[in-house]
Amino acid sequence: MDKDLVIIGGGPAGLAAAVAAKEAGVNDLLILERDNKLGGILNQCIHNGFGLHTFKEELTGPEYAARFIVRAKELEIPYKLETMVVDISADGDAKIVTYMNREEGLVVVRAKAVILCMGCRERSRGALNIPGYRPAGIYTAGTAQRYVNIEGRMPGKEVVILGSGDIGLIMARRMTFEGAKVKLVAELMPYSGGLKRNIAQCLNDFDIPLLLSHTVVDIKGKERVEAVVIAEVDEKSKPIPGTEQEIKCDTLLLSCGLIPENELSNALGVEMNRVTNGPLVNESLETSVPGVFACGNVLHVHDLVDYVSEEATQAGKKAAEYLGKSEAVNAGGDKKIVIKAVDGVRYTVPSIIRLDHMEDRQVVRFRVGAVYKKVAIQVLAGDKEIMNLKKQALAPGEMEQVILRKSVLESIPDLSEVTVRVKTD
Amino acid sequence: MTETKEFTCIRCPLGCQVVATLEDGKIVSITGNTCPRGAEYVTNELTDPRRIVTSLVKVTGGSQPVASVKTASDIPKGKIFECLDALKSVELTAPVRIGDVVIPDVCGTGIDVIATSNIQ
Repeated sequence: MDKDLVIIGGGPAGLAAAVAAKEAGVNDLLILERDNKLGGILNQCIHNGFGLHTFKEELTGPEYAARFIVRAKELEIPYKLETMVVDISADGDAKIVTYMNREEGLVVVRAKAVILCMGCRERSRGALNIPGYRPAGIYTAGTAQRYVNIEGRMPGKEVVILGSGDIGLIMARRMTFEGAKVKLVAELMPYSGGLKRNIAQCLNDFDIPLLLSHTVVDIKGKERVEAVVIAEVDEKSKPIPGTEQEIKCDTLLLSCGLIPENELSNALGVEMNRVTNGPLVNESLETSVPGVFACGNVLHVHDLVDYVSEEATQAGKKAAEYLGKSEAVNAGGDKKIVIKAVDGVRYTVPSIIRLDHMEDRQVVRFRVGAVYKKVAIQVLAGDKEIMNLKKQALAPGEMEQVILRKSVLESIPDLSEVTVRVKTD
Repeated sequence: MTETKEFTCIRCPLGCQVVATLEDGKIVSITGNTCPRGAEYVTNELTDPRRIVTSLVKVTGGSQPVASVKTASDIPKGKIFECLDALKSVELTAPVRIGDVVIPDVCGTGIDVIATSNIQ
């Protein structure tokens, strides 16, 4: 099978990318989705708070997804469900996408362009190295969310949550609503990884304690979790002896970070960013393999789906632009500007800007590595300051952005480097 | 008597830290909010705190056993668990469409509970 554009994943990123590509004139496209419906993780995020930027109203996850699914169906964008992409490779300019499903078996598609929209997955117990037996009752927060919100099953009655990521905070409230007792949320870091409003409305509203600088050091129980032992940690995240306390519970939920799901990107050999665990991309959200684009949580973990949709729309448009040209869009664009993330800024997306391909306004997204109060985000072009944004507070749990203007970058001769940093003085 | 109370605004993901100054229980100033919604939120928190409630109801004959629902707008905070109790006795029959009224005027709040997912 030949296709102009294959989109891998039918979650929020894949849907927005497909809609934008189709609207930009790409007719020969296909979405491949592994679940039995479109919408991705939004289907299990039944809480509200989505869409304030995109639709100017507060929607739940399934409602937000439905808006894009309706649009994709109006545009008659073809998609395949319960279909797993098992490999991508390059053959000259073509991208060879191999997928599997029950009806067709193994199918090979030759695509001119691919958009990677595989999302991310949760850091599991195995990756956290918590000692103890392997009893039933330990779940990642997202797995528990799926059991409760999609399958209608309760994973437990007395719950301890490790990690204060947003899914953990949301699940603290959800489990409380379903009649469970959530005893506490323990967070290794001295600050929460979740949004401040989720601490207010998911924990404080229900008097659920958040213990910062605490972790689980032991899990008790052989067949089923019977208790966990938590302890305070020092500034090096090491448990402090003597601070242990045993908390009786039958369930431990883990909300300890998300990892972009890039097995396919790695198989294809795209260059990766070691900070985000996602591909390195230029201003078009194009990876190091020409014609392969990435957006959403596979690129870097977002806190708001609105930004995923915005980013994916950009990827869809740029993929359409790539397909509209007879030669690779990577040709030309010799003037490359590298964006450097320093002084508290952990990374930027994109990390390369080709002036020839830059739009008038370029959104650059990033996260910081620590909590800061009353600082500024400073952007330097070469060594000239071009932006200085005062910030009341910055936190690792919240994505930040600056908007670079093409006219400003063009006005600086021989510009090869832009620096984004936290200015503390 | 002057006292100050601090709130995290939940109206958008910014999560502004908003401080209300009260004199004899009356609000005299609100600071720290980036937009008018922050002032409105804090005023409500001090007089009539409200929340949108999102949860599930049972569904029979559908592609999944539960359907997600929400209160169409925010209800008094004190009625959250009463509202959740009312949802326990509801059983819908598929198909369910987004916007279907699940419970009209839930717990006398004047606000409907509506479906937020499509179940075939």
